[in-house]
Amino acid sequence: MAFSVNFPLFSIVLCLLCAVVSSLLPSKAARAVSIALCAALAAGAACLASYGVSVGKATEYLMGHYPHPWGNELRFGVLEPLLVSVFAVVMLLCLIGGKRYLAADLDPEKSNLYYVMCDLVLVSLTALSYTNDLFTGYVFIEICTIASCGILMIRQLGRTTLASVRYMIFSLIGSGLFLLGLILLYAVTGHLLMPNVKESVAALWAEGRYRTVLLMSMALITVGLGVKSGLFPFHFWMPDTYGYATPSSGGILSGLVSKGYILLLIRIVYGAFGTDIFYRSGISNVLFVFGACGVIVGSISAAREKDVSRMVAYSSAAQIGYIYLGIGLSPGMGVLASLFHILTHALTKPLLFLSAAELASCAGSRQRAVWRGAGHINRVAGFAFSVGAFSMIGIPLTMGFVSKYRFALAAFERPLLMIPTLIVLAVSTVLNGLYFIRVVVAIYLPPERRTDRVRITDHPAYAVCAIAFTAMNLAAGIAALPIVRLLESSLTLL
Amino acid sequence: MENFWQQLWNARIAVAAMTLFAVGFVTLLLHRNLLKKIIGLNIMETAAYLLLTSLGFIEGRLSPIVLGENTDPLLYVNPLPAGLVLTGIVVSVSVTAVMLALTVRLYARYHSLNLDDIYAMAQREHGVN
Repeated sequence: MAFSVNFPLFSIVLCLLCAVVSSLLPSKAARAVSIALCAALAAGAACLASYGVSVGKATEYLMGHYPHPWGNELRFGVLEPLLVSVFAVVMLLCLIGGKRYLAADLDPEKSNLYYVMCDLVLVSLTALSYTNDLFTGYVFIEICTIASCGILMIRQLGRTTLASVRYMIFSLIGSGLFLLGLILLYAVTGHLLMPNVKESVAALWAEGRYRTVLLMSMALITVGLGVKSGLFPFHFWMPDTYGYATPSSGGILSGLVSKGYILLLIRIVYGAFGTDIFYRSGISNVLFVFGACGVIVGSISAAREKDVSRMVAYSSAAQIGYIYLGIGLSPGMGVLASLFHILTHALTKPLLFLSAAELASCAGSRQRAVWRGAGHINRVAGFAFSVGAFSMIGIPLTMGFVSKYRFALAAFERPLLMIPTLIVLAVSTVLNGLYFIRVVVAIYLPPERRTDRVRITDHPAYAVCAIAFTAMNLAAGIAALPIVRLLESSLTLL
Repeated sequence: MENFWQQLWNARIAVAAMTLFAVGFVTLLLHRNLLKKIIGLNIMETAAYLLLTSLGFIEGRLSPIVLGENTDPLLYVNPLPAGLVLTGIVVSVSVTAVMLALTVRLYARYHSLNLDDIYAMAQREHGVN
């Protein structure tokens, strides 16, 4: 047993500790604590991922050494620490890149509370990734809901408060459904730990007992997590939530929080229901249909939007649609494509939100119409926005291309769904191209009036974050094969 | 037919819980008044706890506190659901508190509890945004 197997528990405890300490610190110190925490978590999770690769099997960490079914467990292979590490890096860059807006949007006396909330979002993402116990999952889902509402409502605009209320309502509906599904599952299996649940579910399914209850519980858990992550038709809170939050929060909420729920769903499907039963139950087809609708509807809404931040937010609805479409397609290839798209979206969306805010501050408004020439005024933001936009469209050399390619490959595994998937991919790529290229072209038109150029040194924090995101996106887009192989091998450990 | 009524009677708590859950769910989703939404939320969660508690209770058994030599697990009800409900109640209290705080903030700003009215006012306040 290597020492690094303790890292999941340590990171959860460390996050909680930092959150408590930060609530007493002045805001600058709280910010430093949060940033250090993200870096520490990313490093620890990366160590753990390499440990997972070297042992080649998933490790179960028994809390208090109680064997199952009695104790509470953490479980990690390669996928969970890998994603935790990406989440932590993205959050770190969001906090760094949005510094200027955080200073403007937060009440200076209370701004340390923002970092408390960030620590709590991070702890819930970590716990959702590692936990092997369904009820612990539920508790951290709720912590995540409250903390993400916190980082949203901290900007005290009327619109933001309203957006937080809507976000809360949909989140609570989602977690209510999840809880009900969980109770039904517990009622028929008598277990809460995923491996035990999986055994009982397989036995019950083979005997044909309680089929309806099992189906209901699977449907409720899937729908609950779907609602929380913004699956069509429950995506209407997205534009307000992501569009009116301070840019760091927008990036964290769209890039990370929704992914935490999706990761939990994938782990439940693999670890608690078993892929055989889940994909035979027909729920996956429903996910496929709603995912496909989400892709199209999200893209159309984004194309109609004039406010760029809201446009980027609507595009999130489409990307979530892609992820569910992949999960609905097939275990293996489909889920693999979804996992890659989770990474793509997590690395691209925060970059787009931050760059959009940066360009909007050059242009003086978030309306697309006045963005003419903004890319000349602020070159870093213009370049970063373009790379992000290309990645969302799926232009080669970016991560977006790889994920769309993997979706298309996955479609070939399901002859019946192949044509619809390819049509959805084609239509949404055209629509994405339409609304993103329009903005990219606008920012590179010659400016109407001469304005002083924004230098890199004017906003160094943003420049660091934009360059890091862009570099990661291009690197992962060019050298995608090792990442895909890693994800593929990690799927077998789930 | 008699069999059906018998089954329904056996599942009465589950049926009641499901009904309450549906009532709460619809209120939370569709009602325009924020306070009623919060009440709906609480009904929904309480219904879930009712279901969970009823699962753990086994008629004719003792409460799960070991006294003396009675260590046979078949003597006691299942203690786990009660623990889960307690955790759940803590969660729902905190969620309710956050929702109420948001409601207070919205009411202080717009002097209304109707979400549609608030939405219209917020839209006017921010122009086309």
